[in-house]
Amino acid sequence: MNILFYIAALIAIFATVRMVTGTNAVHSLLYLIVSLLSVSVIFFLLGAPFIAALEVIIYAGAIMVLFVFVIMMLNTGSGGVRKEHELLKASTWIGPGITSAILCGEMLYVLLAPAFHPMNRIEIPPAAVGALLFSKYILIVELAAFLLAAGIIGAYHLGQKPKLSHHRYLKNEEAAT
Amino acid sequence: MSELLWLIVALPFAGSLLLAMAGKHLPRLAAAIIGVGSVALSAIVMLILGLDFLHGNPAGVPIHQTLWQWINVSGFSPGIAFHLDSVSLTFVFVITFVGALIHLYAAPFMWKDEGFARFFSYMNLFVGFMLLLVLADNFLLLYLGWEGVGLCSYLLIGFWYKDPANGYAARKAFTVTRVGDTAMVIGLFILFTTYHTLNIQDILVATPHTWAPGSTIATTTAFLLLGGAIGKSAQVPLQTWLPDAMAAPSPVSALIHAATMVTAGVYLIARTHVLFELAPVVQSAVAVIGAVTLIVAGMAAIYQHDIKKVLAYSTISQIGYMFVALGVGAWSAALFHFMIHAFFKSLLFLGAGSVIAVLHDEHNMYKMGGLWKKMPVVFWTFLVGACALSALPLITAGFYSKDEIIWQAYASDKGSITLWLTGLAGAFITALYTFRMVFLTFFGKAKAEPAYRQGMGMTLPLVVLAFLSFVGGFIQLPDNMGHVTLFSHFIQQVLPATTPTGTAVIAGLPSGHAAEWIAQLIAAIVSIAGLTLAYRLYYNKPFPAAEPVRNPIQQFFFKGWDFDLLYDKVIVQPIVFFSRIDKNDVIDQFYTGLASVAGLFNKGLAATQNGKLRWYAMALAIGAVITLTILLST
Amino acid sequence: MTIPMQYGLLLAAILFCIGLAGVLVRRDVIFMLMSVEVMLNAAGLAFIVGGAARSSADGQVMFIFILAMAAAEVSVGLALIIQLYQKFKTLDADSASQLNG
Repeated sequence: MNILFYIAALIAIFATVRMVTGTNAVHSLLYLIVSLLSVSVIFFLLGAPFIAALEVIIYAGAIMVLFVFVIMMLNTGSGGVRKEHELLKASTWIGPGITSAILCGEMLYVLLAPAFHPMNRIEIPPAAVGALLFSKYILIVELAAFLLAAGIIGAYHLGQKPKLSHHRYLKNEEAAT
Repeated sequence: MSELLWLIVALPFAGSLLLAMAGKHLPRLAAAIIGVGSVALSAIVMLILGLDFLHGNPAGVPIHQTLWQWINVSGFSPGIAFHLDSVSLTFVFVITFVGALIHLYAAPFMWKDEGFARFFSYMNLFVGFMLLLVLADNFLLLYLGWEGVGLCSYLLIGFWYKDPANGYAARKAFTVTRVGDTAMVIGLFILFTTYHTLNIQDILVATPHTWAPGSTIATTTAFLLLGGAIGKSAQVPLQTWLPDAMAAPSPVSALIHAATMVTAGVYLIARTHVLFELAPVVQSAVAVIGAVTLIVAGMAAIYQHDIKKVLAYSTISQIGYMFVALGVGAWSAALFHFMIHAFFKSLLFLGAGSVIAVLHDEHNMYKMGGLWKKMPVVFWTFLVGACALSALPLITAGFYSKDEIIWQAYASDKGSITLWLTGLAGAFITALYTFRMVFLTFFGKAKAEPAYRQGMGMTLPLVVLAFLSFVGGFIQLPDNMGHVTLFSHFIQQVLPATTPTGTAVIAGLPSGHAAEWIAQLIAAIVSIAGLTLAYRLYYNKPFPAAEPVRNPIQQFFFKGWDFDLLYDKVIVQPIVFFSRIDKNDVIDQFYTGLASVAGLFNKGLAATQNGKLRWYAMALAIGAVITLTILLST
Repeated sequence: MTIPMQYGLLLAAILFCIGLAGVLVRRDVIFMLMSVEVMLNAAGLAFIVGGAARSSADGQVMFIFILAMAAAEVSVGLALIIQLYQKFKTLDADSASQLNG
């Protein structure tokens, strides 16, 4: 069973790297889905089957479909691909690469320092999660509900096409810009 | 009934707030209904309360209402509290009643203006603050109203803000009145340090026991309060702002710069009369200032060609009369003239506004003429107002109110023959400039055609005000003519009666009723003489439409005795000169250095704000790295 | 049979840093948004690992909250991308730099 963890981890890292370095948006998206699926395998191995299912359904399913919609809707064409290709030169990578590498190194240093601590593979059933969610964390659940409501309203508002303004002052302003 | 008192103040404020918040989205009709309705409702509440006060309360026990406590700091606890007695009621009556009529007139007058809702929001705000001023039971609340009306005056003078001249006039009005207000605040500080309260009634009761008559502190305080009154009421030497304030729309001039706000000084002095009686020097200064003002402003009014400026100088001059009355201790005469003046002067301003509006914003009287046939309602009402202003005997209200002042200037124990003669000279000048205005505007050859006819909304207030200017005088008739004392009896619930000298001021002249008859006869002759002179000089004379050429003396009067020039030379230019010299001293350089260092930091930090999302993300990442590094290394 | 807790956290850290590098390097806002998703997912993974080490459900609860937040963030973010594209006709994040001070 342990070998499954390592394989899934390697696939996740590999797919994420390909996603970040890819030039085609659809390909990158597919790599991202692969990465998310492999992380969901890890969740399953860690005794969180409910979360693994959520990861597949919501992350790899719903959210990624949104991305697909937007990519298809905007349809930037192959010009964007070529431009992205020019951007992926060493000089653009060197600063962010070093920063991320230092951060990663520091985190590894911190994580490897303490003593061995095994991860239990005791399965925590969804019922336990739900019970905790609606007792101890009920306030945060409501806050999350607010957040989602705000997200819906915000997305609806932002997604509208700009209306034609009939006010003459605004019209003059638009003409000036 | 008396618990409705707060409504009088709250209604205009509510209207103002509503219009300020939602005015842009309201249709004009709704804005007009809110703007006019709030003041009209306030007037109705006032009428109910006032009738109740008159009938159910013959002794005139003041109505007191505390809404809530405003501040409470170590014993200093002014409240939001109202005090209604006969003096406040007179002012509240004029503010709400005349205010409602002017609002009604303003609705059609401003109909085509794009700032319609803004206009009514300011107007309602003004009425609210003015009511706060006259109803306040403590000086702090009074001062809030005092500054509030100043603010509204500023906002409304600069209402048509697209013309820089209007903005300049607004700033001038604000700055000049600020000089007086500063004096007034210092006076209030003195009152507070002495009595540890700002409650007006408490102070008025305590003052005669603590301060000796004529003592330095009483004189100083009264003098400082007088400073505030002078600034607000546009008396010499702070009168220069009022003629410029005519940049405001005509209803504003009628309400703020004629009927109500400029008489706040009269209210302040009447309200604190105890203090002024303790300082005889200051009280005679009030009379002298009033006398000087009424001559200065009257002379200036004769040479104006702008119809509104004639009325502006005339307002200054009439308030001068009220100051004379206050100065000689004729309190009720001052308030009576205030009320009558509010009627006829707002009538004249509204009439002038109608003329200006129908002639396409033409202010120059030399370009008008012959309008009496074309605008009959405006003409006849304007004529009634003009007769009242020039105090034509027996029939007009202005005669009864002004004659009372002129008579008291002679007959009161504080009066003198000089004040009396000044008053008479003022009456002559008043009749002269008033009928000059009437003859130039309404008679002679027509030089411009009215563009349209006015509707009912504009003529109704004119007719009502004309009616009041006509009959308003009969509630207070002199001793020798019927002796009706409804008004003075009412005011004397609060303010003391005038003390007559009892003897003739000058030996050999008769006293008592005989003297009063003679004085009235002289006053009547003087005002008719002024009318006659105006008739001889201006009736049906072929004046050119262009601005007349003036000799230096006429120019001097035209410019309002060149007070602006004087202040510019004596005050403004030296200050500008010194500040120019002082611009580069060590201290300034230190602060300039500080500012430039701050500017450098600004430039450096502004460079990091380049609007690039990735740049910000990079900053976040580097910050995280640095934080983690510091955490790990400790 | 058990895997040390560090390994799970290591994986989370590596995924997080790859996502971070993606946000910093890419100029296409869609790629930046995807990289942010990777970072969020890595944070969620760290919670699950912590929960598994303590055998408690709290970690999973936290993941659910992260999920809700990610959903809201993506919906608003994608709407913003559409607006950006309509206004500038490009998805280059650097071209939308009107907020420079």
